[in-house]
Formats: sequence, structure tokens, C-alpha cells
Amino acid sequence: MLDFNSHMVLLILAAAVVTFLTRIGGYILIVKMTRIPPRVEAALNAVPAAVLTTLVAPAFFIGGWDTRVALFAALLVGLRYPPTFMLIVGWIVVMAWRHFIGA
Amino acid sequence: MSRAEFLDGLKGGIPVGLAAAPFGALFGALARDQGMSLGELTLMSGTVYAGASQMVGLDLFGHNVQAWLIVLSILAVNFRHVLYSAAIARYIRHFSAVEKFFTFFLLVDPQFAETVKRHESGKPVTFAWYFGFAAMVYVPWVLVSLAGGSLGSLIGDPKSIGLDILLPIYFLGIVIGFRKRDNFLPVVVASAAASALAYRYVGSPWHVSIGALAGVAIAAILPPVKANRKPDLVHENHEV
Repeated sequence: MLDFNSHMVLLILAAAVVTFLTRIGGYILIVKMTRIPPRVEAALNAVPAAVLTTLVAPAFFIGGWDTRVALFAALLVGLRYPPTFMLIVGWIVVMAWRHFIGA
Repeated sequence: MSRAEFLDGLKGGIPVGLAAAPFGALFGALARDQGMSLGELTLMSGTVYAGASQMVGLDLFGHNVQAWLIVLSILAVNFRHVLYSAAIARYIRHFSAVEKFFTFFLLVDPQFAETVKRHESGKPVTFAWYFGFAAMVYVPWVLVSLAGGSLGSLIGDPKSIGLDILLPIYFLGIVIGFRKRDNFLPVVVASAAASALAYRYVGSPWHVSIGALAGVAIAAILPPVKANRKPDLVHENHEV
């Protein structure tokens, strides 16, 4: 349980280093740079939404109707309520669907 | 360090630490499910300390993806921090080098948002306050990951109890948190379409890079929106 796989530890530490670089990178850049071109800024701004969407879309398009309906219900909830409610509602929908209709 | 400032930070961090706890537990449980050991998942929460990217890492471990591609995907998800550290530079000039090291290491989404808010409300952004706030988010995050991992190993097939739906919903929640940003819809539609097509015709994990590139390219190509408003970073609601 508390064992460490050297390959996994290296991967985790590499992830930690790149994450730290993103956290200090803006400070280092801003000290050197007077302004960021607007198109670069627009592209940088879009990075998180663009990356995270790619982790949801295949589940929606390739997954079954249980997944699709649960994601859609979670989306509606998320427009008004915090993410925790999305998880609860989505989970209830997927469990109910599998129980009553089948996966 | 000023004791009052530190305590003020601790107090401010409580709601954020609580809000992040379910996601830390979720990370722990899913990490065990993907075959990480308790030590490894705790190490990840303690050194990477960035919830969404930790989940991305997990998602890709399950797909037998090459290590450099996993690290690159984590870098891509965390890229927003570049903007945060650029934006808080002016508030933390007076910190020492060691203080700056900890400041950047602990710079998660709500920490950034609260730092900007504190400055705008006219209160001083001291290291004592910053560190107190961060401690209240960091320590629970690591402990709750460990707790989630310990409980998660008791769980059997994730699909039979609906755990498989949680990761996509978690990411969906973060995505819709960005909905006030410029060009949100075109970016999401381009990424969704490109990633679904790439998943089908190229295969995983390339759908992540291809989909993300499509969204980012659309944002760069579309005409820039007039920049006469404050960035929405502060109002976005996502966890660690």
C-alpha cells in the first residue's frame, strides 16, 4: 500500500516540476516582458477550457446513454449550482439509469 | 511573521479547504482504482498540488499512455498558472526569495482569487496571511487524498457503483466554470468536435492534444475581444 514504484515516482516528480514551472513562469515572464500580444493572450486564456473539454467529449460521444444523460443532467445543474451538486446529481442519474433501464 | 495576519489567513482558508475536500477524496479513491499506491497518490497530492491536473494524470495512467505525454498533458492543464503568477507579481514584490518559492508552489486557483480580492479590498498581502491561507488548503488536501485512497481500496468494480461517471463530470464542472471567458463557446465546440473525431479515427490519447490544439487555435484566430474589463479569473469557481 505504501510501496513506491520508481517509474511512477519519477512521473509524479516530473509532473510536480512542470506544475511548479507554470506557477513561477508568469512571474519570470512579466519581469522581462512589457506586454503580451492580444492573440497570444487569447490563446493562453483558452488553454484550460480547450484541454478539459477533450476529457469530457469522448465520454459523451462514445459512452452509452447512461453516461450521456448523466452528463447532460450534471451540465444543467452546474449552470446554477456548485460542482459538488453536479457530481451528486450525475451519480444519482447514472445509478438510477443502470438500475431501471440497464447500461 | 505577524500572528494576526497568519490567523486571518487560516480563517479565510477554511471554506476553501472544506470545498476542496470532496475532490481530494475523489482523487484518492480514483488513484487507488488506477493502481497507484497510497504513498504514490499522497506524494502526488503533496508535490503537484493541482486537482484538475492530478485527475488528468489519473485518466491517462488508465490508458497506457507514454510518460512524456502524461507530463505534457499535466503541463497543458496547469498552463493557466502562468497567468496567475504574472498577475500576482505586483503584490508580492516585497517577499523574500524563500517566501516567493513557497508562494508560487502553493499558488492554486482559489489562492490566486483570494490574493487578488485581498489586495483590492485594501488589506495588505503579507506572506503571513498568504501562508496561513495556503496551509488551510494544502494540509487538508493532502490528508483527504490519503483518506480517500484508504477508503477507495475497499471499493470493488467502479462501474457497478457509478464511480466511472465522476471524472467526466468533475472536468465538465471546471469547463463550465470558464463560461464567462471570451470565445468560450467556439473554443469548447472546436475542442469537443476535434477530440471526439480524433478519439474515433486517431485513437487515445492523441484526442487530448488534437482537441486542445483545435480549441486554442480557434481562440487565437477569432478577432480579439475589446479588453475593457477585468479578467474573470477571480470569479471562476474551481477547486485546488
